[in-house]
Formats: sequence, C-alpha cells, structure tokens
Amino acid sequence: MAKVEKNTAVNGEIQVVAFKLRKEEYGFSILNVQEIKGLTDITRVPFAPDFIKGVINLRGSVLPVIDLKKRLGLQQEPYTDSTRIVIVQVDDISVGMIVDAVTEVLTIDAAHVDATKSISDSDNSRFINGIGKIDDRLIIMLNLEEIIALPGEAK
Amino acid sequence: MDTNQYMEMFLDESREHLQSLNDGLLSLENNPADLSVLNEIFRNAHTLKGMSATMGYNKIAELTHEMENLLDLLRKEQLKVNEDIIDVIFKCVDSLEQMIENVGNGEPEDLVDVSDLVKRVNAIANGNADAPAAAAPAAAAAAPAAGRLELTDTDRSVIEKARASGLLALEVHVELAESCLLKSARSYMVMNALDELGDVIKSVPPAEDLEQEKFDHSFDVVVVTASEAKVVEEAVNSISEITKVVVTELKPEAQEATAPEPAKAAPAASAPAAAPAAKPAAKPAASKAPAKAAASKAPAKPKAHAGQSVRVDIEKLDNLMNLVGELVINKVRLEQIGTTHRLTELTETLEQMDRVTTDLQSVVMKVRMVPVSSVFNRFPRMVRDLAKELDKEINLTIEGEETELDRTVIDEIGDPLMHLLRNSLDHGVEHPQDREAKGKPRTGEVGLIARHEGNNVVIMVTDDGKGIDADVIRRKAVEKGMITQEEADNMDDADAVRLIFLPGFSTAEKITDVSGRGVGMDVVRSKIEALGGHVDVETTLDEGSVFKIKLPLTLAIIQALLVKVQEEMYAIPLGAIDSTINITPDAIKTVRNKEVIVLRGQIIPIIRLGDVLSVPRAEGDANEDIFVVVVHLGDRKAGIVVDNLIGQMEIVIKTLGRLLVGLKVISGATVLGDGRVALILDVGALM
Repeated sequence: MAKVEKNTAVNGEIQVVAFKLRKEEYGFSILNVQEIKGLTDITRVPFAPDFIKGVINLRGSVLPVIDLKKRLGLQQEPYTDSTRIVIVQVDDISVGMIVDAVTEVLTIDAAHVDATKSISDSDNSRFINGIGKIDDRLIIMLNLEEIIALPGEAK
Repeated sequence: MDTNQYMEMFLDESREHLQSLNDGLLSLENNPADLSVLNEIFRNAHTLKGMSATMGYNKIAELTHEMENLLDLLRKEQLKVNEDIIDVIFKCVDSLEQMIENVGNGEPEDLVDVSDLVKRVNAIANGNADAPAAAAPAAAAAAPAAGRLELTDTDRSVIEKARASGLLALEVHVELAESCLLKSARSYMVMNALDELGDVIKSVPPAEDLEQEKFDHSFDVVVVTASEAKVVEEAVNSISEITKVVVTELKPEAQEATAPEPAKAAPAASAPAAAPAAKPAAKPAASKAPAKAAASKAPAKPKAHAGQSVRVDIEKLDNLMNLVGELVINKVRLEQIGTTHRLTELTETLEQMDRVTTDLQSVVMKVRMVPVSSVFNRFPRMVRDLAKELDKEINLTIEGEETELDRTVIDEIGDPLMHLLRNSLDHGVEHPQDREAKGKPRTGEVGLIARHEGNNVVIMVTDDGKGIDADVIRRKAVEKGMITQEEADNMDDADAVRLIFLPGFSTAEKITDVSGRGVGMDVVRSKIEALGGHVDVETTLDEGSVFKIKLPLTLAIIQALLVKVQEEMYAIPLGAIDSTINITPDAIKTVRNKEVIVLRGQIIPIIRLGDVLSVPRAEGDANEDIFVVVVHLGDRKAGIVVDNLIGQMEIVIKTLGRLLVGLKVISGATVLGDGRVALILDVGALM
C-alpha cells in the first residue's frame, strides 16, 4: 500500500522507534516521533473517546494521550516504571502514545518489510502498515494516521 | 522582484481606501448634494490610483482613473449624481476590490475584465458633459522599467489627461543626506508626502527598490498634482535628512520629442522653485550627486507625527500572547512555592512582579484589540444591495462601532453577523406596502449595536419587522420531529423561539417562508459558541426582533474558579459565576424528579458535576458539606455541585487540539501552577 512507501526513508532503509506492547514489538517511523517521556500526570477528559487516556502538559502545551493498547484492542495492564509516553506528530497534530517500554531505534531494510495484513484479525488490520523483519525479530509497523483517526472518520 | 514587503502595505491601504469609497458612496447616495463627501470620495480614488500606479498595477490605476474622471465631473457639478452613476461607481469599486484581491493572491490584476465598465464610465462622462479628452485605455500594461525615468505610454496618457484637467505633472528630484541611516524610511515619507498632495505615477528607482534601499542617495518621482511646484517642494523639504529637492514641471512636448532621456533634461523652465533650480533638473537616480552645496538647504525640522502606528503580523501578536501566557503560568507556580514554603521575601517580590505581568498582559491584550468597525463597516453596503434586491426600504443604524474586541474574535464574527443581518432584512422587515398596511413607516429600521457589558461585549442586531411567531416555530419543530407535541405545549414562547438555533431546524429553504426566520441559525450559534460567546433572541410579534450576541473580551486569559470533584480539578470561568454557597445535603429538594435548591427565594436546579462528567467515585465518602457554585447563562441559573472549592485564579486558555474537538461541556484546558492540566467547563453546555 501507499502507506508503506510513505514510511520508506532514503536508501531503502526505514528508521523505526521500536517499543513493546505486552510481549510484542511495534514501531513508529522515526520521522513521526518527536520525543519520548516518562509517565506524568494525565488529566482524564470526560466525553472523549475511550482510547484517549487524557491530556498532559508538555512544556505549556496541552496534548492528548492515547492508550495504545486500548486502541489496538490489547489487554490492559497496570503501568510500570518502564511505561513511556511517545510523542508523535502526524499532520501537525501532536499526540502522546502510552507504550509499555521503548526498546531502541532500529534501521530496517525496506525490502524486509512485509506489507501483509492478513496476520492480524480484520478489525485492527487498518492500524498496521506491515511487519518489519530484522534478524529474528518482528516489528509491527503501525499506521499512525489510522490510530489517530480524526473525529469524523472515527467510528 | 520581491515586492512582498511593500505589497502587504499596498493591499492593506488599498482595502482601507476601498472601504472608505464604499462608505462615501453610501452616504453620497443618501445625500447626493453633499460636496464634501464627494471630495472625500475623490481623494480616496485619487490615492488609490497613485498607489496602484506606483506599484505598477496599471489596470487598477486605469480603472481608478476613469472613475476619478467621472467623480471629478460630479465634483465640479458638471454632472448630477444619480442612481445610475452611483451604481456604476459601485461596480467600479467592486471590480477594483476584485483586482486588488487577485493581486494579493499573486494572480495577475487583469483577470477581471473591466473594459465594459470603462466604456460605461466613459459613456456617462462623455455623454452628459464636456468630458475631458476621451480616455485612451491603452492596453499598455508595460511593467515599469527599472532604473530610468522612462515614461511609458500609460504614464504619458495619465500626464496628458492630468494636464487636460488643469493639473501639473511634476518631476521631483530628491537627495537624502549622506548620513541618512534609514533611507527607505525617508523615501517612504517622501512618497507619502507626495501622495497627500497628488498622485505619484512613477518613481525611479521603482518603489520596491526604494523600499529595500536599493538606491544611492537620490531618487526621482513623477507626481501629478493640483498643487504648485513650490508647495510640493516645501512638503518634501519638511522631511528631515533631505538635503535637496528639485521640482520640475514635465512638458509633454519635450517628452514626446525624445523618448526616455528628456525627462531628466527637461529645463527647469516653469518650475518656480526657489530651490537651486540651476541644477539640471532631476538627475538620473544612479548619479552620486553628492552636491555638498545642497547642504545650504537647511535640513528641515522633524515633523511631529500624530498617532504613529505600526502594522504587525497577527501571528507575532499571537506569539507574544502565548509567551505572556507562559509567564503567567510560571508566576502562578512561583506564587505557590512562596506560599508552600512561607518565603515572605519571595512573596513580596512576586507581588511586584504580579503588577508587572498584569500590566504586560493588559497591554498585550489591548494591542490585540480591534474596533468592531472593521467588521461593521462592510455592512452598510451589503444592506443597501440586499434591500434593493429584496425591494425593501431599510435604514441601517450602527452604534458603538468603536467598541473593541480581540482580533481573533473580530475575524470570526463577520459571518454570523452577516447572517443575522440578512435574516433581519429578508425575513424580519416587511415590504413597504405591508408595513404601511400595518401602520408602520415604510422604511424598516435595522440596527447593529455594539457595547460593553462587564467583561463582555454585546452585539445586537435589531429590526422593527414582523417578529417571530412562537406558534409557527412550535408547529414546525413538532413536524420535524425535533420535539414532541407535549414538549411544545409546555414550552414558553421565549424557549420556543430559541428552537431556531437548533441544528436541523433550518436546513430546508421552505421553512424560511413559513416561519419567517431561521436560515442557518444553528451555524450562527455554533460559531458564536466556539468563540466562547452566547447568542439569544427576543421577539415581539409585529414589533420586531433583537438578536443578542454576547462575546468575551478576550479568549486568551480569564479569571476562573478552580473546583475539585473527587480528585479531578476543573475551572469554571468567573464571568459565569454568580456566587458560591455551602449547603448540607438535606437542603437539596426534588421538584418533578429534578434536584433543586432554594436560594434567596429562587428555585435553582442543581447539576452534580461528578455525575455529569462521570468522575470515578472514591469509596464510602459521604460529604457532610456540599459546595454549590451558582452559575448563570443569560437569565437562567443553575447550581453546580462540587466537592471542594480550590480558589480563584488567572488561567491561560489552551485548546484541546484537533483530536478532541466538539466535546460537550469542556471548552478547553489550562495548565496549573503545579504543571497539571485542568479542564475548563463550558457552563452554557452544562445547563
């Protein structure tokens, strides 16, 4: 799909910020990642979609935070010391994503990204851009546009 | 060529002049014999022509010129003002507006075809009076040649026509002091001075080069003016750091004889200039011409400038506002530290700082304030056109146009107001014959009134039309399935009329025929509410309606009361709060299944904030005391039940971002002194 190409950086390589949700490894294109910060006070926002955990203060700006596991339909676990908020930016919108742990920045050969979506169940497949392979690790590349899904396109 | 810097100014000023033209024409239409208005209009057209010619927009200059010819005839009373003429001039102004907008969008000015219009203007001018030599529209749209004082055909025809109408074409050679640091500023002042006297049709080097200081110490300008050369010279000389001014009259014959050069060689003949006329008039701009002798001309004393102003990009102001916002947040944080650790010295210093930040804040706020006239002044024209179209007689009264509002509000308020005005004209005010039948004056009165009301600005659109029939609204709402018959029956008239603000009420065109009102009223409401404002309507059948918009003075920093519900903090804008009271649980009564309290004899419904916002309940807390924040919206009141009152503070409003738009009840967020985020409640939505 076009989205895969969009993540492709120069020289056919993709740089990815890899992080964990439960046992699996996921990745955002590094081009979208602004910064990574520890868990801070999150203010709950009434009437917001349930996957939006709330808002945080990032140096004076108010930013929504998405609970990524909830968004992807994964089982919830209490936050730990390694829980992080990854601040990403898509189309001028900055959003925080709560992940279990950030592992590292990886460089994946674009040729090793498999665009297959059939592995996941249909409902959540729209969130996935493809699977990146590096050695024997599998990194699930996430589609940020879909995850952020602006109101209106959200169900 | 990069003309951007100059461009913005040109656009802004052109728009201003067009606006004054519109205003002037409107008052001329009502008062055709008023020569002073005509003169004003003429001056505006004149300046506009000069500016556009300087910028090299020949088409705009040309059309303005034709228009000016016509105005001149009117001014000299060789032609009588009539509706036809006014209409044509209005058309000209419209076309000019279009052209200038095109230019502003980086499109060519000639996208608008004005040849027909020019012909009409000419026909009127020629047909009815001894018009000056028929305009030679000369498609010569030649770009102004850079560097030399070379007159294009258009320039020459402008000069020619100017001479025909008894004006002088002068060439002004200006030399700046070598010590002059801000050459562009001086040249700008010169241009301005010349503009006031007449009409700058050309400059060498071109205006944008002057603006960017791409010239030595001298430049030449051709100006068409009614003033004498001496007057022009004095005007320029009064600007400081000018060492030398030479004014020469341009002789058309001379120019035609030898093409580009002659202008410079033109003898100083008729220029009665007391200036060192011996100097060959106007040197080529490139000439260094240090001319120490020129120093003999005493540098004029700097002119006192009344009301100086600077145009600033609104983005810069927004930025400034944000920074002040940050400052306020940090000040509050420091205050908390001072209080927590009981640091008297810090607290005292902070009190000082508090004064400074408050002042700073109010200054920044004031800087962002714009009088509502900038929105209002486009309405008279619209009302005139619409009244004509609808075949109604309408008198628009505008009051309080000097009332100031935050720039962001101003930008957004235009459309809703236009909507309301259209509604009043279209559906409120009746046709003259109907009005007469009802015993009202033929002319309908429509008012647009702005005024301060506490920390708000109220804008009202009033009319003395037929009003809104609450029964018709009820019936329609029931038909549309928006309310049940029973609800309709229980609703008082005021509430029924408010139904027009509901979405869905007004989508179909035919409703307007029946109900009389309601085109897109929900759009008006949502726009106003997005601005933190509130719109309401009062109406009396056959007497008219009043639409009342209440807007906050500013959107950025407000006073709010912080309240606590369980562990969550919320901010309630102080403007909406009447009082806070402390009651016991048994003070809450039930009326028709709704919880109310009685406050000073008034029954007030209560809202349990924790329930509305579904705040997670902590176990086993039975509050002895209940805090109630009594809020009001219009004349309605409600009590908001919270667990605790934290206190009043200044908060900086932040948006929740695009991801969280359109949330009920929450209008924004703010960062508290301790870095946590608190949400701001939308009291209107709560009620």
